[in-house]
Amino acid sequence: MNPTNLKYTKEHEWIKVEGTKAVIGITDHAQHALGDVVFVELPTVGDDLEIDKPFGVAESVKAVSDIYAPISGTVAAINEALLDAPETVNKDAFGEGWMVEIELSNPAELDNLLDAVQYEALLAEEEGVK
Amino acid sequence: MTTLQRTSLYEAHAKAGAKLIDFGGWEMPVQYSGILDEHRAVRTKAGLFDVSHMGEIDVQGPGAEGMVNMLICNDAAKLADGQILYSPMCNHEGGIVDDLLVYRYSQEHFLLVVNASNTAKDFAWVIQLAPKYDVQVNNISAQTAQLALQGPLAERILQPLTDIDLSRIQYYWFDNGKVAGVNCLISRTGYTGEDGFELYFEPQFAVNLWEEVLAAGKEDGAQPIGLGARDTLRFEACLPLYGNELGDNISPLEAGLGIFVKLDKPDFIGKKALAVQKGASVPRKLIGFEMIERGIPRSHYPLAVSGREIGFVTSGSFSPTLQKNIGLGLIEAKEAETGKEIEVVVRGKGVKAKIISKPFYKRGK
Repeated sequence: MNPTNLKYTKEHEWIKVEGTKAVIGITDHAQHALGDVVFVELPTVGDDLEIDKPFGVAESVKAVSDIYAPISGTVAAINEALLDAPETVNKDAFGEGWMVEIELSNPAELDNLLDAVQYEALLAEEEGVK
Repeated sequence: MTTLQRTSLYEAHAKAGAKLIDFGGWEMPVQYSGILDEHRAVRTKAGLFDVSHMGEIDVQGPGAEGMVNMLICNDAAKLADGQILYSPMCNHEGGIVDDLLVYRYSQEHFLLVVNASNTAKDFAWVIQLAPKYDVQVNNISAQTAQLALQGPLAERILQPLTDIDLSRIQYYWFDNGKVAGVNCLISRTGYTGEDGFELYFEPQFAVNLWEEVLAAGKEDGAQPIGLGARDTLRFEACLPLYGNELGDNISPLEAGLGIFVKLDKPDFIGKKALAVQKGASVPRKLIGFEMIERGIPRSHYPLAVSGREIGFVTSGSFSPTLQKNIGLGLIEAKEAETGKEIEVVVRGKGVKAKIISKPFYKRGK
């Protein structure tokens, strides 16, 4: 369900590491919890992202949600398609719904991310609490 | 921590996969299939809402009409038996205690239908006036369940289940009849801007009626609708929401409800204050606006002109029907000109918008 080639955070972001670069988005669980996404606010190319700080916003019909940087880096590219078609986040959170691509500035931070198994355990725990 | 109240349909909502939230102390469905999907269903086919959390106050006795007319801004004496009116109910300063529907059975019997979040407050407000009149006032909310079937296909779906001719019930009129064998007060009213009916009946029949109406509407594409879509639907139609457009320090004249304020009827609570306001000038005005730059306006976001704050957003959202971001706001009356460019302060930044006329959406005839 949650791709094994990705890393995850407690805040339901995913990250795909490719050498010194990484692509970031929000998980399928996150898009489902948000409901219909009607607006996405992304940073600008060249912006610096700091780990655990919000770098963007995903708005559903009813609510505004911050998106947190899973690790630190500089924005190399943003998914401009989301600006006109925010519903892509709902349709394909792990693929076409990618949000930003960054140049990693502190690869050691990767060690603190969750793998798919750990993320699924986290989801199961959150379900159980409800 | 108090537990949330549930309507008789809680289990049905859970079974239908509803996402449940706390709405004014009630555990209610915010969505089933999704807000956008549900919104579109109501605009194009039909949707069924559980609105059993709403409040109902029954007023009976020789003094009923007099008391109701003292409480509300609109004129209950002008109603025919079987007719309904919408009215703000004001405090002595001309602010709004609640907005409600008033159903007239007869000169001596009225039903007040009030917002779920204000039921206790409204009942206390009404009761304190009761000793002055020959009336019996009862809060029958717990004994009353309510469903709303809204959309262009509502009448077509409901008629086969109903033993009276629905086409004879005009907009803002009601009658008694049986729906799926259940005794109901049936009114042609609603909070979506579409045609439709509201059914009031005893709670023990709620599950049965819910299932029967959805089954009857299945072929026509009727689906259950949550509070999320209820809000986007009423917002597109510019129907006010208490707590957003209305509040105890907002007057009905500011909120654009002047047609429901009958200053030519005998005294009512708030009349003096409202007459003064009308005579001088209404300080603020409720306007509609659309975004010019990217951004979604939300309740409480400041509104500004040339960097100067002039008011605030009361309700704002992406509009599924119009496919753009729009909002309602309360601003200084002198700035309220259609076509004027204003700014919505979103996360600390001014985002351009333009004042447009209301309502945003009006259904076709």
